[in-house]
Amino acid sequence: MTTSEAQSQGEANAAQGANGMPMVVAEQVWKSFHHLEVLKGIDLRVERGQVVVLLGPSGGGKSTFLRCINHLEKIDAGRLYVDGQLVGFREQGGKVYEMKGSEVSRQRAGIGMVFQRFNLFPHMTALQNVLEAPRYVQHRSLADATEEAKTQLNRVGLGDRMSYYPAQLSGGQQQRVAIARSLAMHPKLMLFDEPTSALDPELVGEVLAVMTKLAQAGMTMIVVTHEAGFARGVADLVAVLDSGIVIESGPPKQVFEDPHNPRTKEFLSAVL
Amino acid sequence: MKYIPVRHHWRWVSAGVIAVLALALAYSLAKNPNIGWGVIGEYLFKALTLRGVLVTIELTVIAMVIGVGGGVILAIMRLSRNPLLGTVSWFYIWLFRGTPLLVQLLIWGFLGALYPRLFLGIPFIGVVFADVPTSSVIGAFTASILGLGLNEAAYAAELVRAGLISVDPGQTEAAFSVGMSGSLTLRHVVLPQAMRVIIPPMGNETISMLKMTSLVSVISGTDLLTQLQRVYTQTFQIIPLLLVACIWYLTLTTVLSIGQHYLERYFGRGTTREVRQQVALATGGAETLIGAGVGAMSDQKLGEDHR
Repeated sequence: MTTSEAQSQGEANAAQGANGMPMVVAEQVWKSFHHLEVLKGIDLRVERGQVVVLLGPSGGGKSTFLRCINHLEKIDAGRLYVDGQLVGFREQGGKVYEMKGSEVSRQRAGIGMVFQRFNLFPHMTALQNVLEAPRYVQHRSLADATEEAKTQLNRVGLGDRMSYYPAQLSGGQQQRVAIARSLAMHPKLMLFDEPTSALDPELVGEVLAVMTKLAQAGMTMIVVTHEAGFARGVADLVAVLDSGIVIESGPPKQVFEDPHNPRTKEFLSAVL
Repeated sequence: MKYIPVRHHWRWVSAGVIAVLALALAYSLAKNPNIGWGVIGEYLFKALTLRGVLVTIELTVIAMVIGVGGGVILAIMRLSRNPLLGTVSWFYIWLFRGTPLLVQLLIWGFLGALYPRLFLGIPFIGVVFADVPTSSVIGAFTASILGLGLNEAAYAAELVRAGLISVDPGQTEAAFSVGMSGSLTLRHVVLPQAMRVIIPPMGNETISMLKMTSLVSVISGTDLLTQLQRVYTQTFQIIPLLLVACIWYLTLTTVLSIGQHYLERYFGRGTTREVRQQVALATGGAETLIGAGVGAMSDQKLGEDHR
């Protein structure tokens, strides 16, 4: 990552909380659905500006953990901090209270998320998709929100597709609009949940290119993906999740070339 | 090279048979003195008929506004996580769908027999703001509106609920992920998409409401059919006046169908169906059939839960 780009674009993270705290801290996070335990004590630290790739077999808990970070799923036990604040809960006088809906929304506004199935709003054009949250969540003026949306769409290379509906865009273009939609809220953290898994192979590259640019600009990112090339080239840290725990984590070079855990070896030989 | 298209001989045969039948029907209608074309012409635009048409339109519009508004509220209550609201909504739908509309209309019409006076105040401590005879508040028109509107709300609730459930949960998650609140998500993301599913069966509801308004004759309403009934009980021109009613109902239904078409197009914007049709227009039309077929199917499926 070049320093100048990091300074110019690391806007949110650098400006808001240079208090030395990691961006994300997970301590013994547990989560079960009915009787199925999906997360069994996840421990993870993500520093500011870091790109962390979560790897592992399907059903290992990667997506569930990602969804816990912006409280789309409520954790059952443990602690999960984003930017020094508990996610979805408030700690007061030694007790932990569940947050009201409006407080959760405020927290989520600072965390961007990109989904496997894009989840663009199909009844809105690309521009409307991106300006929706700045306009109605942050209550910015229409002109201001439109300006913001145009900037973000240009940033992902879709300046010429603003008036297109999602159904008129290719999968890769839709995913880039989805990234722009998240960026328009100036998040301090971006979560990517298998962003290229639903794409035709020839469209994967354009989405990874946007993500790489974002990483170089200093964005803190947690990415669930099977793209080994992206993990090797862009990630600062790779964490392998299996059966609800982090079985291995470290720099990509070490995890890919010299994994300690036999399960990691097994998994890597199956996917690479 | 010249292509010779397939000949459809049977089309000509069937066209001939239908033409003969149509002619026979037209002849029998034109020459039948019992129809009384003169009477139809006389009553079609009479002030009395037009007043009836106006009342029918008013009843339809107001009852549908109450029905759709109530339906949206009931559907949201039903889907909410608050168990009390869910139960109340379930009970309302059970009650209003489980009893005949005719009976409900009669009860609203004769409400005075159940509650002779209506009070507005704080119970048990004797503070009363208003105390009026029921009949002065709820006349025939109000009773009609209440009967039709509250009954419609129960049916509309189920249509709206089906529409809300049909929206991909990923839409809500995406909206939440950019910080949108539950109510903003409902208004801007979920409801507009649900409308696409709700509009076709709701069009059916409106059309059947238009005709159900004729039931208010049992509580001496002043709608189109009741007005004409009053005339023919005196003059015995039964068939001509019923035909006048049919002509008006058909006309109004046609207007509603056209409106429905434009509404569907508006709420269908950005959907694959519309895009497919655009592609079809460009390439010659084969795909349009698929789009229309899908539309008709969902239409049927949602409309079948009907009285």
